[in-house]
Amino acid sequence: MPKAIPIAIVVAETFTGSTGDAIPAVSSASSARVSRRHFLQGSVVLTGLLVAGTPIALLAPSRAWAVELSHIDQNQADAIMVLARTLYPHKTLPDAVYALAVKDVDAKATDPKTIDVIKTGVAKLNDAASGKWNDTASLSDAQRTAIVEANQTDPFVLLVRGQCVTSLYNNEMAFAHFGYEGEAFSKGGYVYRGFNDLTWLPNPPADASPPVA
Amino acid sequence: MAKFDYNDDSVVVIVGSGAGGGTLANELCQKGVKVVVLEAGKRQSSATFINDEWKSFGQLAWTDKRTTSGNWRVAKDFPELPAWICKTVGGTTTHWAGASLRIHEHEFKARTTYGSIDQANLLDWPITLADLQPYYARAEDKMGVTRTNNIPGLPGNNNFKIMYDGATKVGYKNCSTGHMAINSRPRAGRGRCMQLGFCFQGCKSGAKWSTLYTEIPAGEATGKLELRPESHVMRIETNAAGKASSVVYMDADGKQQRQRARVVCVAGNSIETPRLLLLSESSKHPDGLANSSGQVGRNYMRHTTGSVFGVFKEPVHFYRGTVMAGIITDEAEFNPKRGFAGGYEMETISLGLPFAAAFFDPGAWGSDFTYYMDNYANTAGMWIVGEDMPRETNRVTLNHDVKDQVGLPVANVHYDDHPNDIAMRDHAFKQGEAIYAAAGAVKTLRTPPYPSTHNLGTCRMSAKASDGVCNKHGQTFDVPNLFISDGSQFTTSAAENPTLTIVTLAIRQSDYIADQMKRRNI
Repeated sequence: MPKAIPIAIVVAETFTGSTGDAIPAVSSASSARVSRRHFLQGSVVLTGLLVAGTPIALLAPSRAWAVELSHIDQNQADAIMVLARTLYPHKTLPDAVYALAVKDVDAKATDPKTIDVIKTGVAKLNDAASGKWNDTASLSDAQRTAIVEANQTDPFVLLVRGQCVTSLYNNEMAFAHFGYEGEAFSKGGYVYRGFNDLTWLPNPPADASPPVA
Repeated sequence: MAKFDYNDDSVVVIVGSGAGGGTLANELCQKGVKVVVLEAGKRQSSATFINDEWKSFGQLAWTDKRTTSGNWRVAKDFPELPAWICKTVGGTTTHWAGASLRIHEHEFKARTTYGSIDQANLLDWPITLADLQPYYARAEDKMGVTRTNNIPGLPGNNNFKIMYDGATKVGYKNCSTGHMAINSRPRAGRGRCMQLGFCFQGCKSGAKWSTLYTEIPAGEATGKLELRPESHVMRIETNAAGKASSVVYMDADGKQQRQRARVVCVAGNSIETPRLLLLSESSKHPDGLANSSGQVGRNYMRHTTGSVFGVFKEPVHFYRGTVMAGIITDEAEFNPKRGFAGGYEMETISLGLPFAAAFFDPGAWGSDFTYYMDNYANTAGMWIVGEDMPRETNRVTLNHDVKDQVGLPVANVHYDDHPNDIAMRDHAFKQGEAIYAAAGAVKTLRTPPYPSTHNLGTCRMSAKASDGVCNKHGQTFDVPNLFISDGSQFTTSAAENPTLTIVTLAIRQSDYIADQMKRRNI
């Protein structure tokens, strides 16, 4: 399988050209800030930039990324983004990966019942956060975690949590970030690529672990 | 490949093509017996297997609806997925890790060895280790088990190096890369292990034994085997004489078919096998087929399991190479001083990143959880597999409120952990943590049981018709031409991974069936 970021990658120039102002670069991947644009008429788009030099940026054809959403609104998309980061707080995991969870929740929001779960759930989080759930500067991580803890059986929180388990960790960007190499057959497995390259412990004796036959 | 008529009542019909059904089919064909194998799943191959955990799960796993109840944690974490087994040609031999251990002599005599245990339905097997030894030898040769038949052991990976270091430091004496049905060098037309990882996703190099590319093609080559994939068996019918006479199934085109049979062998794994017998109720068999003892579906066992993961300062990359790369067998011995009956094995395990997220601590979130994901590349892992107690109340029943895709009631799997299971798991967790601490772990994680891959005991064999479903040959007491041919036969679970014993019993059963057919007893 070719290495590719499984979300729409948008060339940075396209952004500046279409909107007329520069995309604020995400200076650090730990920043929870999400830059956004109404990129196409009537649709919601999450966008950002990958940090140069990170394993993920090396994989990507471009540092700029964009995820287009069809069913949820901007406010809901941002709320899910913040919730995903609160549930699974990986300090250096880029927003581009969290945006995949938002995209997958969006894809599920095709029926009125799910849209209602999202609407009600976002409202609940906002109520608990005095209307500032999406405002990353106004609440501490601990405050956000406490809000999620108080709402962890809420169907919306359960929906996003369940989606995150598969969306966040089952993509090439996450593989690169966490140090998992994924598909191995096309590369001949690991028999010549480090299956036993650990050197910080002594090797077991040959009767316990014979050499490659 | 043979093609038999639906009305050909001289064929043996086998339901399922995994370790039990696939082996039995080939063994019977080699003796000249005509066999029709009905397999619910599709036929894949090493070429179509996928090195991607979720995609492979979608390709191979049995995901037809099931329900759960009981106090086991699986019912909470995976309420519709009690078992991680396969619906594909080759069954769960596509997914198994390859550990091939003989059951110990004392484990065949569980009731005698452990005595009476409150709320357990212990029973001695009607066979002994001595009865099975010659068949174990044939199974090991067939499967190419390392450290038997002059086959070298496999080389250990990084995950094994850590297990070995910790095990020797805490004083264990029996730790090695074990007995594995994975080619350490080319054998039987199959290549050597490429240390791919992805043992659970179907072996793309074919180094791991699976009936899919060994037994089944060997049976087909005799011209005596017809394999019908995508055949979802619905019921077994009996005739006026009380014998099994035909098997009704939904074929790949969604058409109902009836295959007549001289003998019927059920090898659908320990959830579907009792379900099929229960679905085959009739006025003559009101409680389900072969259920005069009331034991069909009861004594469901799934091994006492759990995992321990250790986080280290240095990289491990435990996903590289065989998933079960090594084993510690010291705790499998009989040792009642530990405060529980039975023993357990510790075997390395690894998960790819997607399944680590799903299984490390199901339902967990927050920084305690993300710590382990952040340290994924520096993690080592082991799986605990130990003897669990048979209980009459741990059982597979029909859930009439929930229907499958052909409108039949699904299986409900009820399991309560026995106090003995809990004591054993606790002991094993502590030992696993001690092993990783000795090897330098900075932190360890206790992972609760995954959906069961070892499903056992729901049609157990016994010396007596009153407390078991089948005799020592897997022949049901009530219906002489109906056989149980999978792990459902197990009287007790023992501590060992069950596939080798399932294959061994299938080889032995094939001798018996062929002989009984020759004598016209069935």
